[in-house]
Amino acid sequence: MSKTLFDKIWDRHVVKTIEGGPSVFYIDRHFIHEVTSPQAFKGLQNRGLPVFRPKQVVATADHNVPTINQHLPIREELSRRQVEQLKKNCADFGIELYGLGHPFQGIVHVIGPELGITQPGMTIVCGDSHTSTHGAFGTIGFGIGTSEVEMVLATQCLMQSKPKLMRINVEGSLNKGVVSKDIILHIISLISASGATGYAVEYAGSTIRNLSMEARMTICNMSIEMGARCGMIAPDETTFNYIKGRTFAPRGSDWDKAVEDWKTLYSDEDAVFDSELNVRAEDIEPMITYGTNPGMGVGITGHIPALNDIEEKDRPSFEKSLHYMGLTPGEEMKGKKVDYVFIGSCTNSRIEDLRMVASFVKGKKKAADIEVWVVPGSSQVEKQAIKEGLNQVFEEAGFMLRQSGCSACLGMNEDKIPAGKYCISTSNRNFEGRQGPGARTMLASPLTAAAAAITGIVTDVRELI
Amino acid sequence: MGKAINIIKSRAVPIAIENIDTDQIIPARFLKATTREGFGKNLFRDWRYENDDEQKPKPGFPLNDPKYSGKILIAGENFGCGSSREHAAWAIKDYGFDVVVSSFFADIFKNNALNNFLLPVLVSDAFLRQLFKAVEEDPETLIEVSLEDQYIKIVATGARESFDINHYKKTCLLNGYDDIDYLLNMKEEIEAYEKNHALSYRS
Repeated sequence: MSKTLFDKIWDRHVVKTIEGGPSVFYIDRHFIHEVTSPQAFKGLQNRGLPVFRPKQVVATADHNVPTINQHLPIREELSRRQVEQLKKNCADFGIELYGLGHPFQGIVHVIGPELGITQPGMTIVCGDSHTSTHGAFGTIGFGIGTSEVEMVLATQCLMQSKPKLMRINVEGSLNKGVVSKDIILHIISLISASGATGYAVEYAGSTIRNLSMEARMTICNMSIEMGARCGMIAPDETTFNYIKGRTFAPRGSDWDKAVEDWKTLYSDEDAVFDSELNVRAEDIEPMITYGTNPGMGVGITGHIPALNDIEEKDRPSFEKSLHYMGLTPGEEMKGKKVDYVFIGSCTNSRIEDLRMVASFVKGKKKAADIEVWVVPGSSQVEKQAIKEGLNQVFEEAGFMLRQSGCSACLGMNEDKIPAGKYCISTSNRNFEGRQGPGARTMLASPLTAAAAAITGIVTDVRELI
Repeated sequence: MGKAINIIKSRAVPIAIENIDTDQIIPARFLKATTREGFGKNLFRDWRYENDDEQKPKPGFPLNDPKYSGKILIAGENFGCGSSREHAAWAIKDYGFDVVVSSFFADIFKNNALNNFLLPVLVSDAFLRQLFKAVEEDPETLIEVSLEDQYIKIVATGARESFDINHYKKTCLLNGYDDIDYLLNMKEEIEAYEKNHALSYRS
């Protein structure tokens, strides 16, 4: 019987199916960070349990960490305590920790792939909804809550019901100035912030095949922003070339066996999906969001919908959202004033993102009254950026290159956007208060963010390249 | 270990907003605790208070409106989207809710709620509108939810709708079991699975 990519990986990981209920589902790799793990370890202690397979768990500190002066103790007491608790839990339970000061430290969804821990065919979970990122390698990767973190620590398994399957085909060539972030913002604007809830999504088509691994990760990362359980892309030569030689990648004859297996991971030609969406790459413009969920986005030359374009029952939420943003229905996004630019987060903080920004801003200067933060996704990305001289390009442009962490994506560490200020952000969520209480977030690609950094206003990057 | 739930008969608090994400339910700056307790006081923090100041409750917000109370929270569609933080479910439960009613729930939130004996009740758009109307018109309206018989009912009018829940989860909630108890009993089968599925290239 023909199978989808998802089916093939799912079937390999079912330990047992309960009649009329979920399956006992085996997890190959479990990433943990400081925010969603302490109560899980506490649960193990209360039950007197060890971690069942500590070698399949990897920890890092990313959400709470400052992104300057990381060699100093964390100033904020609660953040410091949470990071210290992670260190203690990892030591007590025998888990490898890539904490602050470790050369492998970084955002959990950046370091997994970068170190070659994330490999095709795996099941990967983390107490973090952006675990969907790892699907770019042909894995089933999804976010879980803390009770589930405890289950995986205790048994390496979860109770899972099989989701429905959706395929999104993107065909054709991308327009100038359009990058993978624009593809996913475009898709979410088409199907809404809940349009893929209950589904596992496979991205396919020529446009996707031609993307680099970094660009594929950006797309899979935001699958959760349309409600999907996970997002995935079948592995191919691009995937294999990315993994080969990385720290934890298979070597020698193991590598050959691995690739042979990975090559079987694709959706069979006549595999059936519960839902399919076709998208033409030519239709995609550089995107920007105007509202307070990631589905509220438009092409950069577009307008915010007028009130009449919104169904009556949805109007109160729409108006609440625009009120928060200080924007008016029907108006144009181009030309809006921007106060902050944040280039970073698990969506867009990889070396390719930093290179893209550097190559665009080289020889340009930021606008006078704007603050620009470039936050690498890992200590290795930071090191590489400096090795390539990108730090000098940023310095000359007036951009501040910081140290690795989640930073201004979620208002949990020191990097926050002040109330009422507008930030163009390459992160994944424009929810109210996401970047700090009262902060107003507009999501965009690294290129569109960089263009705004230069002009100080929402800008069509195509006019500058 | 959770607390078993079955029939909940209570007044309800209506929040008629769609796409309520978990950042609104509990903002990230309150996720620094290392225990599960005490999140209720920061539930909907930035919608509840002006400038993060507990002395300045926002008068229009239902949690601040003395006419609303109860163990049932009614909310607009796509409730609990965004971050996987289980703190959102902890905050709702800790505040005193046992049931959340919506016409659509985000996946991860739904699982987190179930793992904390907070019952997510999925209703049709039409029934959700009926609930909002009933509670907004008369805040003393009693709503009855039965997990055993899988229905939600407006007591005064008898208007009711049935809801789905998978059999396994229902048994857990009715009896106070959690998944981890079940999984811990599966140790031998999990170890057998590992032996049969070891991939030679993965060490």
